[in-house]
Amino acid sequence: MQQPMRKPLPFVYDENRPFWDGAKKHQLLIQKCKDCGKFQFYPRSMCMHCLSENIEWVKASGKGKVYSFTIAHRPGNPAFAADVPYNIAIIELEEGVRMPSKVVDCKNEDIKCDMPVEVVFRDETPELAIPYFRPTK
Amino acid sequence: MGSLTRKAAIVGVAESDIGSTPGKSPLELMAQATRRALDDAGLTKDDIDGLCTASFGSNGVLEVGEYLQIRPRFCDSTQFGGSSFEAHVGHAAAAIAAGLCETVLVVMGTTNVADRKLNMPRGGGGPGGGDPRGGSNFSGRLYGLGGPVNSYAMAATRHMHQYGTTSKQLAEIAVATRKWATLNPKALMRFPITIEDVLNSPMISYPLHLLDCCLVTDAGGAVIVTTPERAMSLKKKPVWILGYGEHFTHNSLMYMPDLTVTPARVSGEAAFKMAGLTRKDIDVVEVYDSFTITVLLELEDLGFCKKGEGGAFVSKQRTAPGGAFPLNTSGGGLSYTHPGMYGIFLLIEAARQLRGECGERQVKGAKIGLANGCGGALSSCATVIMGSD
Repeated sequence: MQQPMRKPLPFVYDENRPFWDGAKKHQLLIQKCKDCGKFQFYPRSMCMHCLSENIEWVKASGKGKVYSFTIAHRPGNPAFAADVPYNIAIIELEEGVRMPSKVVDCKNEDIKCDMPVEVVFRDETPELAIPYFRPTK
Repeated sequence: MGSLTRKAAIVGVAESDIGSTPGKSPLELMAQATRRALDDAGLTKDDIDGLCTASFGSNGVLEVGEYLQIRPRFCDSTQFGGSSFEAHVGHAAAAIAAGLCETVLVVMGTTNVADRKLNMPRGGGGPGGGDPRGGSNFSGRLYGLGGPVNSYAMAATRHMHQYGTTSKQLAEIAVATRKWATLNPKALMRFPITIEDVLNSPMISYPLHLLDCCLVTDAGGAVIVTTPERAMSLKKKPVWILGYGEHFTHNSLMYMPDLTVTPARVSGEAAFKMAGLTRKDIDVVEVYDSFTITVLLELEDLGFCKKGEGGAFVSKQRTAPGGAFPLNTSGGGLSYTHPGMYGIFLLIEAARQLRGECGERQVKGAKIGLANGCGGALSSCATVIMGSD
């Protein structure tokens, strides 16, 4: 029997749990090294720049810009078949780190590289919210 | 003369049956390509004492060695995408120069088309594989990022934004590559196409159309590398390794430092430096063409034109047969064959060009060639510069 396709959910474990706990509270958390002062994403248990374990979670401004994007006209995963055409974007936060996301509250044809965006959370399950980005008003 | 210059030579090359190979397994295609490459070199399997291979998931170096009954003194299973085979040739040359072994088989085979019919897990860098911990949670799959096309499309979007590159310029690459394929009896797509055909083909992942994308085929390939002494004694003229370089910068495209700069900038520079050659010395260029944008980025990063000028460089069919810059003369991954990992076929075509075996598509007087693999999500590049006497 073919199982109904479900969209992928994050695999939450110790190393990335604070990010998803933050998302649930609609807060975008990234990591900052207390030794070298640099930001990083995705979550790691040490600093990707200097390998220090002296790192902290900080609330990002939530503002950034679209570094690049594509519009999938064929689903990249069958679970997204009903969504085509949909966009996938790389967001560069003000803090300098990049993360994958999707631009919402915007027509696909209006998305441009370097357009300013801000984070918005959508509750996908009672336990999980996922960050998206919308054009800055 | 760099550290590996003329310390090893390619002496045998072959592809297996390509296209759709119903009922065949990857190992069968590898065995077929191996036998043909040994015949090409005038060697036997007992001469092989080094083995390099890369695959999707299964068919690792132990399985391949057991199936072929090769028990090597040197092996390398570097797997960083479709460029792995250029790396294998570089590593084989280093191992030979160091005296670890004498004759290395680089071999691969995948059955993407046959696997679909069997409902087997598919290769090609699709979603879902690998450890769910680490970066795979943050690679874009939550947002519907799937196969390589979504990633390469984002690199194209950024290049267009920064440099004004157009879809028409990308289409020039697909059209020129198809013209080469019409001259290659082994190529799978041999009917000519126009720029309008590319632009009117279905959009797959903006800004890449169907005809901006490589084929999906079954294929195996084999390349045999050996010592200078042995190379001189074989039936075909040696294709000398002159320069080599490799580099990678990321796994997921999300974490590529600059979407317009591939690892070819570093691997290419290293290869040219080792070979002691300049861009003008290269007679024939074979670069990985998973997508049209891949080609444009590699040409810039290898230094054949400046960053941002790739669009102008490929315009007016400059890379087509009869053009000023012979490129991807087999018809490439876009029109000849692309079994998920294409890099070994760049080496096979470059060697054939340098031996003068290419018939209608032969680049006249080709003595020095370059093959640049580019794998993963523009993650890894390995550059091999080769020459014949």
